Amino acid sequence: MQQLGTSHDRAPRTLVGLSAFCSLILAGPAFYLLIRNFTADADPFGLIFTDRVQGPLWRTVNLAVLVSMSAGALGTGLAWLTTRTDLPFAKTFSVLLTLPLVYPTFIGAAALVRTLNPGGIVNDALAGLGVDRTPTLDGLFGAWLVLTLLTYPYVFLPVAARFSRLPTSIEQTARLLGNSATHVFARIIVPQAAGSIVAGMLLVFLYAISDFGAVAILRYDTLTRAIDSNQLANRPVALALSLMLLVLAAVVVTAERLAGRRRVVSNSPRVSATTALTLGRGRIPAVASVVLVVVFALGAPLVALLDWSIRGLIRRGETGRRLTVDSAEIAEITGNTLGVSAIAAVSAVLIVLPIALLVGRHRSRMGNLGHAVAISTFALPGILIALTGTFFIRQTDWTFDTFHNSMAILIFSYTVRFAALAMGTTLLAVHAVPQRLQDASQTLGADRQRRFRTVDLPLMTPGLLAAGGLVLLSTMKELPISLLLSPFEFETLSTRIFGTFNESFVTEAGLMALTLVALSFVATWVLIIRPLSRQR
Amino acid sequence: MGVGCVLSVLMTSRALVALLTGFSLTAVACGGSSTIPNTLEGAAADVYSGDCSEDTGKEITIYSGRSEDLVQPVLDAFECQSGISVVTNFGDPTDLALQLVEEGDRTPADIFLSKSPGAVGFLRNEGLLSSLSDDVTSLVAEANVGGDNSWVGITGRQRVLVYNVDLVDEADLPSSVLDLTDEKYRGQVAIPATNGSFQDWFTVFRAQQGDDAASAWLDAMVANDAIVTESNRPTVDAVGRGEYSFGLVNHYYNFQEQEALGDDHRAENHSFDASDIGSLVIVTAAGITSNSDNVEESEQLITFMLDEASQSYFTNDSLEYPLAAGVDPAAILPALADDGSDFDVTFDDLGNGLTRTVEIIENSGILSN
Repeated sequence: MQQLGTSHDRAPRTLVGLSAFCSLILAGPAFYLLIRNFTADADPFGLIFTDRVQGPLWRTVNLAVLVSMSAGALGTGLAWLTTRTDLPFAKTFSVLLTLPLVYPTFIGAAALVRTLNPGGIVNDALAGLGVDRTPTLDGLFGAWLVLTLLTYPYVFLPVAARFSRLPTSIEQTARLLGNSATHVFARIIVPQAAGSIVAGMLLVFLYAISDFGAVAILRYDTLTRAIDSNQLANRPVALALSLMLLVLAAVVVTAERLAGRRRVVSNSPRVSATTALTLGRGRIPAVASVVLVVVFALGAPLVALLDWSIRGLIRRGETGRRLTVDSAEIAEITGNTLGVSAIAAVSAVLIVLPIALLVGRHRSRMGNLGHAVAISTFALPGILIALTGTFFIRQTDWTFDTFHNSMAILIFSYTVRFAALAMGTTLLAVHAVPQRLQDASQTLGADRQRRFRTVDLPLMTPGLLAAGGLVLLSTMKELPISLLLSPFEFETLSTRIFGTFNESFVTEAGLMALTLVALSFVATWVLIIRPLSRQR
Repeated sequence: MGVGCVLSVLMTSRALVALLTGFSLTAVACGGSSTIPNTLEGAAADVYSGDCSEDTGKEITIYSGRSEDLVQPVLDAFECQSGISVVTNFGDPTDLALQLVEEGDRTPADIFLSKSPGAVGFLRNEGLLSSLSDDVTSLVAEANVGGDNSWVGITGRQRVLVYNVDLVDEADLPSSVLDLTDEKYRGQVAIPATNGSFQDWFTVFRAQQGDDAASAWLDAMVANDAIVTESNRPTVDAVGRGEYSFGLVNHYYNFQEQEALGDDHRAENHSFDASDIGSLVIVTAAGITSNSDNVEESEQLITFMLDEASQSYFTNDSLEYPLAAGVDPAAILPALADDGSDFDVTFDDLGNGLTRTVEIIENSGILSN
């Protein structure tokens, strides 16, 4: 194993400059929070040791640690099963296992509760079978389970991408030397993917501390709930609490960087054919556990969504009740959702690419800083990113007239919000280009641009697509930015789901959420899973 | 690096290019502001059935914290009747209020429509609402006008106790919200304590009976193991399933869940005594921004929302209480003793009072119940 991804030549100036520029953009929300804390006379230092902050703060950390651990274990295990073994229907499972990512938490959590909690559909069915005690999704337990089920794809996807690049020869050699399958997994496979696993867990951690939808539904009192209830009532408190979220994120991201310094990034050339590990007797438990995850994470919310939709449609026949959306509107907002998410995905990959190239290929403080900024921003609730956009463009007449109520500010804000998601997989894509290939092409006299075009890009494409795919799925479900910054009367599936669901138009919300899931299924297949499996 | 690289990244993926092209088509198809039709159909035709006026070329922008599903037909009817285009920006009332603060005097918004008085009260305190003319404020009872005539109520939602019909004996239903501290309700009452409508109700409670009485009640509810929930909809959903027996919510949600789910939804509303603080009617509100250049047209729209056709629509279709034009509540809604003015509340201090309300709620410890 060689220390790869860091060459000792100095980073090209253009790349450093470009990274600095991208980092500055991504730091926008941090600047906004600092400025607003200052102008609103917020007192984060005075607040932090008060009871009203300490309780929610530690609950937030507690929840985020638990969720990132379980999502890490679940995501890694599933990635291994679907990429390294002869699990049947592995590709289909890969798509299904990615989809929970696309439930907006406010409706995903509510649907899970509706299916599984007392009086819910599954609960009633189990009661019919004589099982009358099932655990209630509630409090820490509920928030932990629901967030784990909705976020493990942040680990699953990058780790599956990593696993599918590892040569099987390591496993085969290890097996020949008499190591058991579990031993090989724990001691050989996992360490190879440690970087991806930790990066994914970090995203889950940050997502968990930024989440409001799930914790609110599951009644777990965290910082985001305190921020929410103080938004109008006490602006300085809400701003101070938001700053604490950002600082917490920055501390965790920096700690991970420092701890990760010694991690070995191994160079793994693309392998043309991998022979999958034969599960043998483990086949049935393996399939069962994958099915179990699909049933809970994807299936359970689907049950409630279907129930809402079908019941409402039947009632429509019976009572003549009008639906407040029609198929033409759903078609239009589906197009809007897909289009705007695709552009956001490209844009997020582009903004992190210079930083990823800098971090992945050179030793650079600028690169490390940009990386930390991009990732930490993921901990901020979307509403803050949206307000940041408005705050900066209102500073001059020209910027306001040009960008207010424009597609540009919307895409831009999505980009800032989700750059963290693109970062990990893009870095992986950068590492996918073996150093010796770069050296060779350099020796052959190809200039930098040509090398990038002919050597780097083709090798990086699958990784970049996966990075874009993660952003695409997340943008499709994004709510606060979409609500506030979409051009007037430009609606997306998530904004309409929010509007209908909040006022108990559950049939309409159910139908549109089902559309969102179907759309994500296609997008995941085309953009993430197919390129990933082609790579093998 | 450079533009060439940016393009080549785009070009390497045919799938993405296809998506982008598809998008530019839909963007063209759905872009642009609304045009006024000749006649209306669907729900909007219930509000205005005449021929549409010619397009006046005028346009007003509304930031609506009320869902499209509830107000769009009325806005369509107004466009048709007046020939004035209405551009909408729907969202969460809190988020929209914060957006208005950030936009400041550059905001394109003419009207702000809120689900509850808290957000309009907040905007009034920020100096972002102008005073409405007497022609508008005189359309509703004095109780439903904000301080400095900064906003008017459009519709009402009554505070009620939603209960599960399978778990609760009707004889056990209390006549006052204050009775819920009784031992027999221990651990059974869900309260969406961080939700705007509960906070607004609690603010009025404090204004009516003093901070001490209101805090004492909340503390007793906490001691009686009341359950904190997120907002009205999930509370009603949970009571309908029987996860909790009771919920303190607005009347609206249970009717809507019943409409959608029929008998499968096992909950009913119970109104406390008409004079009880628990029976307060919380209004949805509209105000005009202080930077609006279209005050006249905006007042025209608010007036339209308070006329008979709109008020009938709001009560018959949205199942809310009408506040103007002498319209009776829909038959399915329980009659109110009066429109809530019994309490002599002007909702005036709601913006200011909210800060203290949230403090009391946080200090009560209910959020970790």
